[in-house]
Amino acid sequence: MNDAPLPKARWEHFPHEADVGVRGWGATLAEAFEQAALALTAVVTDAAIAPARAVEVTCGAPDRELLLVEWLNAIIYEMAVRRMLFGRFEVRIDGARLDGRLWGEAVDVGRHAPACEPKGATYTALKVAQVADGAWSAACVVDV
Amino acid sequence: MDPARFCRIDATTWRVEPTGAMRVPAVIYADEPLIRAMDDKVYEQAVNVATLPGIVGASYVMPDAHWGYGFPIGGVAAFDADEGGVVSAGGVGFDISCGVRTMITGLTLVDIRPVQRDLADSFYRQIPAGVGSVGAIALDAPEMDAMLRGGARWAVERGWGEERDLERIEEQGTMAGARPECVSHRAKERQRREMGTLGSGNHYLEIQVVDEIYDAAVASAFGLVKEEAVVTIHCGSRGLGHQIGTEFLKEMVIAAGAAGIQLPDRELACARIRSEIGERYLGAMRSAINCALANREILGHFARRVFHHFFPRADLRLMFDVSHNTCKVEPHVVDGRRRELFVHRKGATRAFGPGHPSLPDALREVGQPVLIGGSMGTASFVLVGQAESEAKAFSSACHGAGRAMSRHAALKQWSGRRIIDDLAAEGILIRSPSTRGVAEEAPGAYKDVAAVVAAADQAGLARRVARLRPVLCIKG
Repeated sequence: MNDAPLPKARWEHFPHEADVGVRGWGATLAEAFEQAALALTAVVTDAAIAPARAVEVTCGAPDRELLLVEWLNAIIYEMAVRRMLFGRFEVRIDGARLDGRLWGEAVDVGRHAPACEPKGATYTALKVAQVADGAWSAACVVDV
Repeated sequence: MDPARFCRIDATTWRVEPTGAMRVPAVIYADEPLIRAMDDKVYEQAVNVATLPGIVGASYVMPDAHWGYGFPIGGVAAFDADEGGVVSAGGVGFDISCGVRTMITGLTLVDIRPVQRDLADSFYRQIPAGVGSVGAIALDAPEMDAMLRGGARWAVERGWGEERDLERIEEQGTMAGARPECVSHRAKERQRREMGTLGSGNHYLEIQVVDEIYDAAVASAFGLVKEEAVVTIHCGSRGLGHQIGTEFLKEMVIAAGAAGIQLPDRELACARIRSEIGERYLGAMRSAINCALANREILGHFARRVFHHFFPRADLRLMFDVSHNTCKVEPHVVDGRRRELFVHRKGATRAFGPGHPSLPDALREVGQPVLIGGSMGTASFVLVGQAESEAKAFSSACHGAGRAMSRHAALKQWSGRRIIDDLAAEGILIRSPSTRGVAEEAPGAYKDVAAVVAAADQAGLARRVARLRPVLCIKG
């Protein structure tokens, strides 16, 4: 039996009737947001994504939960207009403001075989909270 | 859901009397097995909608309802601006004016079979589908605004469609009141290269065969002939609609508090119809409706092009084009009084009965075609609007099967490759960039569309006319 604790930085998908939920955990709020972003990419593809190019985004919202939705929607926007997928994320949060850096590459339909296209992050099952051991979790449902 | 939570009015009408903050009752149209299969969230969401300011009649729910965002998918609610009524970005949803169009080909399955594989490959090459696909059309800023104002008429004027199509599109192809200046730069940027693309998820282009006819007279008026092939396209306003939905959801959540609107759920984000933000949303949302109408018109044009390659004499006629994520101003008689209402249909189809003035001459006598999309590999249905549906749910009917299982669960249960092979053995060809996407959209992950349609028929929302079975499906 493996009793090793789960790493603090990880992500998961959780079921929603029509769509899919994304949840990230991290030692810090920023890390939880980075992990939630990885979960978002995994909605689209299981394939590896090369960090060929970096894109910077900035967003703001009056609270942490709305900020998570803004962050995920900023990624969805960059995916859509640049026709890219992102596999690595770096987040800095300063109060109501988030600065993010995304690394990724152009969609290669053959290699990435994208399963679906996220339309937007939603306020459904939206929760950003500090969990028992001081780590953070950040989750919401994504409309696909 | 436990049927005991409702007051049962008849076999297909279930009512929740107003309690607490509810301003009106909630009414679900479905038979008992469908009620039992629905998530409890549908009840909760229908009740939440009933609390919104200015709601008229009831918070209605269609037989294909499932857990949505604020509104249930399959929710219908009308609001009166004179009574402080609201317009809700959540009540329209992210894929504004997502809808279905069906085109009559005049060809039979016997004509199609010998070229079925080539047709599938050709459609897959010609119709950009899925993530990363790029449309052949790029719009500059003036053309973007012209498209957002003109809708399908714009597409026809640019040569992507036919004049005769327009009378068979809701709003005659152009939604009035669109204000492109209310659409953000980001939303326009997201759409710049997406005209004439199918999208992904449950969106598709199918060739279907008329499998069974339930009402010969109406089928004939619609142009449906047994064993003849039709082309059906399911898609919406693409990135532009998604971006407008996303932006206004946030703005309305933040503005609702200041406007004194209590939201039981943030996804119910809304604004008074008569407010700056409400009017701005309507201008943007109507632009997105035009985007969806233009997009489906262009895809219909591409479908014609592919067919002409294989069948030079084929004449694809548009039977009808419906949208199922909208808010529209419509006159309805409530308590003996005619009122202009803002009718939200989230995953619900408008279903005007016989004699409705918006219908073209060829359809006015029989009523509006109501197109119910199936899921890959399962049947779709054509219904016709009923006059009595106005009193039931502001002339609305269901829109599809509705999911019975999450993508997550579907992925655990099915292999996409296996589904493609099994369907091919049944004579149904699937083309998709992603086998995982196919597994997530497995036919078994959806409710039985036949049961949904039977309940809509029994409830008097719309009457069955024909069943269509797929023979070819392009999935994004």
